[in-house]
Amino acid sequence: MAPDGPRAGRTLLRIDWQPGSDRLEGTCHCGAVHLADGPAEMWDWLLGHSASHLPVRNGVIT
Amino acid sequence: MSSFPRDQWYVAAYGREVGRELFSRTICGESILLWRTLAGEVTATSDRCVHRRFPLAEPPSRLVGDQVVCGYHGFTYGADGACIAVPGQTRVPRTARLRRYPVVERDSFVWVWIGDPDRAEHTPVPRAPWLDQPGYTVVSGMEPLAAGYRLLVDNLLDLSHETYLHGGYIGTPEVAETPITTEVDEQAGVIYVSRRMADAECPPFYARSTGLTGRVSRWQDIEYTPPCLYLLHARIAPVGALPNADGSDPGAYHAEVVYAITPETERSTHDFWAVARDFALDDQAVSDFLAEQNRTVVLQDVVALNVLQRVLDTEPAGYQELSINIDTGGLAARRMLARLVARTAQTRTTPAAAG
Repeated sequence: MAPDGPRAGRTLLRIDWQPGSDRLEGTCHCGAVHLADGPAEMWDWLLGHSASHLPVRNGVIT
Repeated sequence: MSSFPRDQWYVAAYGREVGRELFSRTICGESILLWRTLAGEVTATSDRCVHRRFPLAEPPSRLVGDQVVCGYHGFTYGADGACIAVPGQTRVPRTARLRRYPVVERDSFVWVWIGDPDRAEHTPVPRAPWLDQPGYTVVSGMEPLAAGYRLLVDNLLDLSHETYLHGGYIGTPEVAETPITTEVDEQAGVIYVSRRMADAECPPFYARSTGLTGRVSRWQDIEYTPPCLYLLHARIAPVGALPNADGSDPGAYHAEVVYAITPETERSTHDFWAVARDFALDDQAVSDFLAEQNRTVVLQDVVALNVLQRVLDTEPAGYQELSINIDTGGLAARRMLARLVARTAQTRTTPAAAG
């Protein structure tokens, strides 16, 4: 289940809303972690970061 | 450009809606004729006669055996959409054929494929097995929504609105107060949003159906497969009760809340809803209560989203919104839907793919 730990999957991106805080913690499937104050900023970072190491062909993850 | 992702499976109807009466529903702007053959198979074709576009679901069009006869001039079609008779001549034009849609009946739904038919067999139909599975009792319905499908996606991906819009039914203060975890599986094309309330007020929807009183543990685990299928795995249990290590969970009550979000037009949506429960299986009073409660909740959303759509239609282009933490899942859905729409546009402009 999601809050108990990340799901398996090489293309999984995860954002945790830190309990007791307003901050978001994003984790790329590669393990890189990023903190942000809002979801738009966080998705910009996660999707931009993960795009650098996903096997993409013609805009589709393969 | 259309906002609909194509090359996708969409729920067109419940299986119970499709029988030996001609039935039409518009999906992604395409009017589709549905009916069941004498052998019980669902067939899906264009709902427009190739001759003068008369709607085939409209009387006096009629079903005769496994043939559809247009009520205007008598063009007659088989279950495969091929025209087999026209009035006054023996030669049937070679191009006289209704567009046929790939169709699958599964989990009580009738799914149709909108897009290139050759791609359908390589794309699995999303599953909601609880809707047609021993061990579950289901209530379900469909409400027309006069708003674009993306407003319903926003609504369902952020359940904090339950606290404000659905108070007295499914909303309690803890829903909006509890942080969420959001996961996106880019390859599988699935978005997960999880909200686990360890000690929460039990809303009437669950208190009266389960018999639990006082505080409860309430889990809401969303699994959205864009564009159409939304699952909410709901778990209600006494405070402190957790599933066993082997996954069994005898101390809890489970409801699989299913929505199929099917665009009708750019400004209207078929809002299919269902609640499958694993408790009080034979209790008709619980079924009646949950059906009435969930329909009421859906209609509360319908009223709100209809208003929102009307207001947004008057806003100047490029109006601003503000997203906060509760919108993390909704933003993920928006981005995934935008990618699916962009892929549709790319496919349709690529000559090799257009076939």
